[in-house]
Amino acid sequence: MTSAIDGEPVPPDLFASRRQRLLAGRGGLVASAVSGVVVIGGLAAVFWLAPGGATMRYFFFNPHFMWQAFIGDPSKGFYSVGLGLLTNLWIFALAEALVLVVGLLLASARLSQSPVLFPFRLLATAYTDVFRGIPILLVIFIVGFGLPELNLGYVSSQSPAVYGCASLVISYSAYVAEVYRAGVLSIPHGQLLASRSLGLTHATTMRRVILPQAVRTVIPPLLNDLISLQKDTALVSVLGAIETTRAAQIYGSTVFNFSGYTVAAILFLILTVPMTRFTDHLIARDRARRLAGA
Amino acid sequence: MSEVVLALHEVQKRFKDHAVLNGVSLTLRRHEVVCLIGASGSGKSTLLRCANLLERIDGGDVELFGQSLLDPRVDPDRVRRHIGLVFQSFNLFPHLSVIDNILLGPVHALKRPRAEVRAEALELLERIGLAARAEDYPDRLSGGQQQRVAIVRSLAMRPSLLLLDEVTSALDPTLVGEVLDLLTDLARQGTTMLVATHEMGFARDVAHRVAFLEGGRVIEEGPARDVLDHPREGATRAFLERVR
Ligand SMILES: Nc1ncnc2c1ncn2[C@@H]1O[C@H](COP(=O)(O)OP(=O)(O)O)[C@@H](O)[C@H]1O
Ligand SMILES: [Mg+2]
Repeated sequence: MTSAIDGEPVPPDLFASRRQRLLAGRGGLVASAVSGVVVIGGLAAVFWLAPGGATMRYFFFNPHFMWQAFIGDPSKGFYSVGLGLLTNLWIFALAEALVLVVGLLLASARLSQSPVLFPFRLLATAYTDVFRGIPILLVIFIVGFGLPELNLGYVSSQSPAVYGCASLVISYSAYVAEVYRAGVLSIPHGQLLASRSLGLTHATTMRRVILPQAVRTVIPPLLNDLISLQKDTALVSVLGAIETTRAAQIYGSTVFNFSGYTVAAILFLILTVPMTRFTDHLIARDRARRLAGA
Repeated sequence: MSEVVLALHEVQKRFKDHAVLNGVSLTLRRHEVVCLIGASGSGKSTLLRCANLLERIDGGDVELFGQSLLDPRVDPDRVRRHIGLVFQSFNLFPHLSVIDNILLGPVHALKRPRAEVRAEALELLERIGLAARAEDYPDRLSGGQQQRVAIVRSLAMRPSLLLLDEVTSALDPTLVGEVLDLLTDLARQGTTMLVATHEMGFARDVAHRVAFLEGGRVIEEGPARDVLDHPREGATRAFLERVR
């Protein structure tokens, strides 16, 4: 063998190292099992053996208190963390539906081309800039404490949960609008040219050509935002709405045990993990499809 | 002489301060095939897009059947229904089957009954030997097949003229022939076409006239064989020597 560059003979160096071969074969399985036991076992050991380990387990993971917090007992002054989740659920369901629609309207306004729609384009741009820039917590305070002060009849006489839900819609619409818009802008310009060349209007082009293609790219980031929205229903508690986090907090200050927080966390995980897994599955499927196409 | 279908008068087009078209004049008559030749970047694509109002022109005029398209009463969408445009990169709609690609314009722009257009579309596909692929998605077809479907998609609109923008430039050399054969057939049937191309053999054999674009102007124009075999202008001669 000679080097192609200077003609010097070079020794052939074609074999993987012993270590590489070990890790690639059945050794790999053993290695991942060993490292799994070491890492996870190590973390568990820290948890069990830390000086305050027992105290911590008592305050956060006590099965008795967890169950008590879960079912609640208003006669003793605390609410059910489990029932509280129902509040999170309806806030999420309502907010989700509204966010998807309002976001689409905002994105359509920003993507419009007609001169007549210029003011809407401007307003939609300002809206997305402003509400992506303000922390959701502040929006919740402003809406939740501001609107009742307006003394505006119906608008000023809603429950904290409704104001919280409205705040989430206001903030998340801005994010979701940008997800939609990025999806539309990701479609190659040639698609628009081809459609308009057939004499299709801008609106028909969006509906028949651009949006059907954009939907596929948009779904994973959209699901990510919805997962965040699910968790952020907990922020509504700052207005005093008795949702799951607030119930856990009340339980904690009544019974002096924080196991209610753990229950709330587990309940959120039960909601979000399936959605997270589903999103990852969609992303993987889309990637496989793109690789097959290329 | 037959009726003038498309006429460009001193058309100007700038992108920011980059002047691409500096007064281009060109006419296209019914049943005529005109080839537009010129170096890459000479403005062939821009010219075609100005002709169907995908680009707004900065000066001059574009007329379709004698009607100025700058008239404020003109609806660009209606104009484009009479002018087919075929792209270098096909631009088929990947989310629609071959047949739905073809039906989209007639059904949703012309509002014609789906069943009627479908029968016509299948007939057109039959003519290019792709009727069996009607339900396939575009990514299942070869480049040459995709481009022929794109041409059929334009034809299904029953346009008054076809604009073709280097429709063979993105194709594997072995697939160029099938697309040029289709264009030759169309020319024989009297389809009015303005064809931007680097295929000099096609231009010589099929085009009635050739226009050479350089520096944002048509600097030489005439019967295909005259321009291609006996160019009068030095620039035309230099260009032809380079592409040969
Ligand atoms: N949308 C655009 N914005 C800015 N410059 C453009 C645009 N389209 C084309 N151009 C420029 O116009 C010139 C002509 O381009 P084009 O019409 O594509 O030429 P051709 O099709 O003959 O290769 C090129 O210099 C190109 O960079
Ligand atoms: Mg071009």
